[in-house]
Amino acid sequence: MSDHEYTPKSKAGKWFNDRLPLLTLANHLTDYPTPKNLNYWWTFGGILTFCLITQIVTGLTLAMHYIAHADMAFESVEHIMRDVNYGWLIRYIHANGASMFFLAVYIHIFRSLFYGSYKSPREIIWIIGIIIYLLMMAAAFMGYVLPWGQMSFWGATVITNLFSAIPLVGEGIVTWLWGGYSVDNPTLTRFFTLHYLIPFLILGLVVLHIWALHVPGNNNPVGIDIKKPSKDTVPFHPYIVIKDGFALLMFMIVFAFFVFYAPNILGHADNYIEANPLVTPAHIVPEWYLLPFYAILRSVPDKLLGVVAMLSAILILAVLPWLDTSKIRSAVFRPLYKQFYWILVADVLILGYMGAMPAEGLYLLIARVATAYYFLHFLVILPVLGLKEKTIPLPLSITEPVLGGSPNMAMAKKKESKIE
Amino acid sequence: MKNILKLFSVIILFCVSSANVISAEKVEYLKTDWTFKGLFGKFDRASLQRGYQVYTEVCAACHSMKYLSYRNLSEKGGPEFSVAQAKAIAASFEVTDGPNADGEMFQRPGKLSDKFVMPYENVKAAEAANGGAYPPDMSVLVKARGGGVDYIYSLLQGYEDAPSGMILDEGVHYNKYMYGNKIKMSAPLSDGIIEYTDGTNPSVEQMSKDVTTFLMWAAEPSLEARHQMGFKAIVYLIILTTLVYFSMKRIWSRVKSEV
Repeated sequence: MSDHEYTPKSKAGKWFNDRLPLLTLANHLTDYPTPKNLNYWWTFGGILTFCLITQIVTGLTLAMHYIAHADMAFESVEHIMRDVNYGWLIRYIHANGASMFFLAVYIHIFRSLFYGSYKSPREIIWIIGIIIYLLMMAAAFMGYVLPWGQMSFWGATVITNLFSAIPLVGEGIVTWLWGGYSVDNPTLTRFFTLHYLIPFLILGLVVLHIWALHVPGNNNPVGIDIKKPSKDTVPFHPYIVIKDGFALLMFMIVFAFFVFYAPNILGHADNYIEANPLVTPAHIVPEWYLLPFYAILRSVPDKLLGVVAMLSAILILAVLPWLDTSKIRSAVFRPLYKQFYWILVADVLILGYMGAMPAEGLYLLIARVATAYYFLHFLVILPVLGLKEKTIPLPLSITEPVLGGSPNMAMAKKKESKIE
Repeated sequence: MKNILKLFSVIILFCVSSANVISAEKVEYLKTDWTFKGLFGKFDRASLQRGYQVYTEVCAACHSMKYLSYRNLSEKGGPEFSVAQAKAIAASFEVTDGPNADGEMFQRPGKLSDKFVMPYENVKAAEAANGGAYPPDMSVLVKARGGGVDYIYSLLQGYEDAPSGMILDEGVHYNKYMYGNKIKMSAPLSDGIIEYTDGTNPSVEQMSKDVTTFLMWAAEPSLEARHQMGFKAIVYLIILTTLVYFSMKRIWSRVKSEV
């Protein structure tokens, strides 16, 4: 929060601002003191905001032409692709936009894990982030159902059936979710309704996420508290705005490549076959961004425990600030944690790969080991590491390295190349 | 800048690897040079027109193409028949219309706005006529198969005698590219089965290539527009990114920090 009081220059501005302090808000956002050593991993917050808005705008446009009916949904998507002006462009942006959104959110989450951004005093920002991530998964899953292709239908069947694992009331819940005795038209219409609703819930949570961020201010690659404003910080505008803008443009180039040159590569071919309740596809696989969790689900032999494991894998993140006992935020000063961090990254990538493979033989074995390691990382390694690890001394500030030019600082410099 | 490159390579590496996971295919498909691949890929107009001929004279006997209209045949980026030709093609089909003022359905010649006439009334009728197997609608067939155009192209040329020891049921054929190698469709193409109006030699290979090109267009009629717009969009983004990069350098030169 800016320390100085803001008064609009014009009389009209003052009159308005006294009644609704929007100009104070705008001033706060422009002046917001940001650590000047933020690296490019910090640009994904802005990129994610762009992704959300892109999804909402293209989604609204698609909703004007889409028909949420089991007999007409598939055809209406083809109508969008063929007859609506630039309908193909809007739909491909929306479909690939979901993948880009998840790509960005995974980088955003793993950045937070590396630099300890979830730690005190930023636990609430982190938890809101996890809720947003959960809602994103729900929105993406339901969105994938809407074209009413084979993967839509069977993916919906598999995922909704997970609820039947709940003892006693499971079957009843599934029937209630479906609005009938199988995935059918009532399921499609309610999924469309919820798919339309969730992005606006996310938008609201994003506002809270940013609000909560602006209380303590940004974490930074060095991970130490800094005075705000000071010579360690720069005003958000123009410094961070242009840097975020540059990173966003780089991201858009990748995005455009997918939309224009490989629009279907991230989707599954079977979803261009209209849903048929009588024919089950050979392999039912979710979209790539859900694969690690799908692997965890399948690696547990019991259905109920599999569902519990899958949900725990996500919810465990919400209590991460309390599982990680280390007071040091940035992995730059935690030599051991840094290694375990990269093992976790590899573990999640392996889980993702196993999620795409059939659950049998060696694949299943590797998936089980990777699942066990995932939980081991959060439940055992992190709590113990925080107590045992010998960390590297922290510098006093991000601009003033430790007196005598500590080798650690040189290392931080090399790694981050942002610290002058 | 080093960091950006690192970030970029991570993203690209990730995309490539995930694409590999998804498109993991074991069979080696036959390869041919598709003109519609690549940054500037366009359809070969003559091949599309020949492909339509193969479709309408061979495939259309069993396979519908229900999302296409006759008007599409004269649209930009497609076979680009002249409007007169497309009208003549449409008129060569009998379309059921109605009900008229007397409440009767009636037959009339097709118009540009009509959807491609279907060979069967419904899926059940199609199954009944084809030994219980539904000949899939071809509108988006290329996108609905993992191997895409290469798969369709190979499948059409993949009919062989079954290896010894493999027992095929009545009405089932061996195809080395089909999933499970068993297919209900008999080999649809044979050399000279049709006579190309432009005099091209109708070999199985040629017809396979032409009809697959046609199916690609049918599934993705905006492919050419997409490639053209994509190139412009990416060039524009690269120029803008460069300009923003130098502006950023300029702005950040005011503070003692690296960007």
